[in-house]
Formats: sequence, C-alpha cells, structure tokens
Amino acid sequence: MVVLGALAMVFVIVYLLPGDPVYQIVDPASATPEVIENLRRQLGTDRPLPAQFADYAAKMLRGDFGRSIVNGDPVLPKIIEHFPATLSLTVCSAVFAAAIGIWLGVLSAIHRNGWIDFAARTLGLFGISMPTFWTGILLILFFSVRLGWFPAMGSDGWKTLVLPSAALGIIASGFIIRLVRNSMLEVLGEPFILTLRAKGLSERLVMYRHALRNALLPALTMIGVLVGDLMAGSVVIETVFSRQGIGRIVADALMAKDIPVIQGVILFSAVVYVLVNLLVDLSYSLVDPRVRKLQTRR
Amino acid sequence: MTVKDIVLGKTVWRESGRSSDTRPSFLKLRASDLLAALSAVVLAFAALCALFPGWIAPYSPTLMLADRILLPPSAAHYFGTDYFGRDIFSVVVYGSRDSLLIGLASVLAGGLAGCVIGAVAGIAGGVIDLLLMRFIEIVMTIPGILLALAVAAVLGPNLFNIIFAVSISMVPGFARVFRSQIISVKERAFITAARSIGMPAPRIFFRHVLPNAWSPVLVMATIGLGTSILSAAGLSFLGLGVIKEIPDWGTLLSQGRGYLTVAWWISTFPGAAITLVVLAGNIIGDWLRDRLDPKREQR
Repeated sequence: MVVLGALAMVFVIVYLLPGDPVYQIVDPASATPEVIENLRRQLGTDRPLPAQFADYAAKMLRGDFGRSIVNGDPVLPKIIEHFPATLSLTVCSAVFAAAIGIWLGVLSAIHRNGWIDFAARTLGLFGISMPTFWTGILLILFFSVRLGWFPAMGSDGWKTLVLPSAALGIIASGFIIRLVRNSMLEVLGEPFILTLRAKGLSERLVMYRHALRNALLPALTMIGVLVGDLMAGSVVIETVFSRQGIGRIVADALMAKDIPVIQGVILFSAVVYVLVNLLVDLSYSLVDPRVRKLQTRR
Repeated sequence: MTVKDIVLGKTVWRESGRSSDTRPSFLKLRASDLLAALSAVVLAFAALCALFPGWIAPYSPTLMLADRILLPPSAAHYFGTDYFGRDIFSVVVYGSRDSLLIGLASVLAGGLAGCVIGAVAGIAGGVIDLLLMRFIEIVMTIPGILLALAVAAVLGPNLFNIIFAVSISMVPGFARVFRSQIISVKERAFITAARSIGMPAPRIFFRHVLPNAWSPVLVMATIGLGTSILSAAGLSFLGLGVIKEIPDWGTLLSQGRGYLTVAWWISTFPGAAITLVVLAGNIIGDWLRDRLDPKREQR
C-alpha cells in the first residue's frame, strides 16, 4: 500500500512536474500540431492520467523499471547488480553508528552532567551537524593522505569500507547517542531500578543487564528510520569515495538527467526502506517480552 | 554503595541535578545558556556575511590573482587561495548568501506547508485526517535527500527549484508534530470552555490553540534550518546547485575535492562554515526545547 503510494509520488514528480514531455523532445515553436499529436500518442500522454498511471504502476510492479536513456541498459538489473556494495556500506555504517551511539549514550547517561556526558553530547551534536561529504573528505585527508592507513577510493576489500562507513556512521551515531541517553535517563528513574539497587545488585549489572535492555527499544526504531537516511547518504558518500553502488548510479544519472534510472533507484530504496522498518517492527517481539505477550493475547 | 546512599540521593536521579544549587533561578547562568548565546553570535555573524559580504570579505570573490595560486592559509589569505587564485575566505563569505537563503526559505516554506497540513488534519479529524496522514507517510518512505534530489533533477537547478525541492522534504516532520500538538491542545478544558461561551472557531484557533501549540514547531524550525542547509549543500555537492559565478558552500567544497592532496584548505573551510552554522542552529534548537518544555529542564 505504502509502496504503491511511493510509486504515485514518483510518477507525479517525474511525469507531471516538468510540464508536457513532448516539448522536451521537440521545439514547440517549429513542430506542427500533427507531429505533436503523433508524439503524444506514441508516449501515451494523450490518454487520461489514471490510465497512464495504471500502465506505469503495472510495469513497475512487474519489475520493468524501463531503460536508461543514456546507454539503453535495463534499469532494474543494474540496480540489483550494484546493490550489494551499497548494502554492505549501509550495514557497516549502521553497525558502526549503533555501537558508538549506544556505548556513548549509556556512558553519558551514567555520568550525567559530568565531563564524559558533556563530551559525548558535544560529539553527538557535531555528528548531526557535519555534512556527510565533509566528514568523508576530512577522513580521507587524515587517514589516507596523512597516515596512509586506508585507501581513499575504490570498492574492493574491507579496507575500502572502513572510511565510508565511518563517515556515514558518525552522522547516524549522533542521533543514537541523544536518543539512548534520554531513554536511559527515563528508565533509570523508574522504581524497578531502585529495587535492583536496594537488593544490592552491582551497578554494572543494573546498568547493562536491566536499564540498557529497557532503553534500547527506541534506539531500535531509530536505527530502522536511519537506514533510509544511510541509504540516501550513500549517494553522496559513494561519490566522495568513488565507490560502486546504487548511490553512485544515482549521482551519475543526475549528471546525465537519466530520469528512468533516478526513479528506479528511488523506488527501489523506498521498497528496501519499508521492508527494513517492517523487520524492525517484527523484531520488537524478539527484544521486548511485553510486545510478545500482547501478540499472543490477541 | 550503602543503603543510605540509595535512599539519600544517588539513585534519585531526577532530583540530584537541582538540589545542590540554591541560587535564585535568574542567577543560574548555565553552560547551556552560554553555549546558546555563542551560537546566536555565530548565526548573527553568518547573517551579516550574507547581507553585507563586502564589509567582511577582504577581496572580491571573483578576483583571480594569477600569481597567488593554491597558497596555504596565511595572514593575507585566512583560508588560503584556490586553483584560480581566488581568496577562499572571501568566496566563503559571499557564498553564505545562497546557502543561508536556501536554508531559511526552505524551512519557512516547508514548515508553513507542513503546519497547514498538520493543522487541517488535526482540526478536521476523521477521513481528512486519515487521508492527509497517509499522504505524509508515503512522502516519508522516500528519504528526504533522495526526494530533494529527484525533484531538483527533474526541475533543473535554479534557486527557486532547489528551495522547493528541499522544502518538500521538510513537510512531513512539521505536519506530524503540529498535528499531534493541535490534537492534544484541542482536548483541553479551556478549549471546551471557549467553545461553550460561543467563541467563533477561527478565533479559538488563533487565540487559544495556536499559542499553545507552536513551541515544538519553533524548535523544529531551528533544527530544520540546519537540516535544510545540509540538504542544500548536498545538492550543490552533487552538481545540482545553482550555477553561478560565486559558488555556494557545497559547490566550493566539491570543487576543492580535486585538490585534496595539494590544497586541503579549499574543501575544509567551506565544510567548516556549514558545520558551524548547522551546529549553532542545533544548539539553539536544543536550548529552546529545554526552555519551552519544563519537564526536560532538569536533564
């Protein structure tokens, strides 16, 4: 349902916004009405909009994303071919973001208002304020140009994955730090924490076994939402690091005004995004016994 | 940890922040206030750059000094020079105009559109609410930057189109927040009271609902300013920016990418400018949120 809606959105953007597509092919001043009429019939734009959309949606749902106007390659196979590279980048940066974000978020909640808290929050603020491409460039400058630890570009081997994942992950971790900190503070104020402490449980166990588990649920949702941002961010990051991937395909298509490719990738990412969030929703029952109970009761 | 600790405060997290400070509240100038003031200064300076770049920039942004190509930062050129011999500091100062204009205009346009949608959905309820929120959900399935990219690519790069593209991606957030605010205010007793004394609906909305619902929107707008500057910079970086003689921050940054190994300063400084402005926006947004929401005050 939502995917169908996204389909409609893309249809509106691509087909309706730029005006009559016929005039992009022929010059309205010199073309005779017959030529224009013929072209309209060929393109199908003389038919009513709902019919056009039904056609379009049917084609997309069959997996026919059209062909690139630059080299005539079918769009979908190209996306599928390049998707693994973007997927590994997205997964690595999500893991990076979750690890850094949860760790610093917990530390900052434990040492609330201390200097660790201050440092972690500042880092988080910087994380969400830096443009991804700038972070990427700074990482290249420092770790490849200055230190020579990691390659500045390319997409083979795990070494090329480190810097781009870090660049994307830093941004996402900024959001997670704040979220985990807030939900940890919330949980720590609950009576069961007082009970645990009163019965003499060590602080470490209280924090990591009990408080963190309860604080992680919002973070999980956030990671689902962030996957969309991470995939979108790969457009920029794959350009900065000259990596292969669907982000790079979009960036190149943007230059060439290759509309079928652009819309193909956008639709594809929307589908992936919806699927990821579905998975996140389903995983609640694994993580949170309360949700599981609710479901069985139903 | 002793039992006494537990009872007397270590675990009473919410209270521990306030208890030590007994000064009257207007004397408590906290670090966060200072930081917010500093951020306001940064934003004011950026606005000054955008409005009167001639006062601040030492050189013309288009002046190419053929004998000073790729110079590192120095007293004569604070941010160094680029391949054409342009003074980077001056280009950054002049470039602030487009970056800030796009950011500000997108937040205003997107925020306004989002609030109108949110208000209509919140007030009308029922089918209209359902339809509008479904629509917003659909827009949200496409990540903001990708949506902006697609719109900018289809419409072509000019100032208005970029503002349009970036502002579309701002709409869903505002719509959702404003709707939930409206709905929660609508149910309060004083609205019922206003209605029962026969106050006309528009008056209830503007006099009573709006003043009680706008504060989260203000916070969002402050933070959204940063987000939209980031998106606009991203568009320019990918070559979808406004093509002009004086590059904006994103464009300048992407131009410097070719000279990373020989001239780190070309890309570094415009990026720092973006970061600084966005950071300032975020800090002020956070500060406002803490101020406007007394429940969060103690954190």
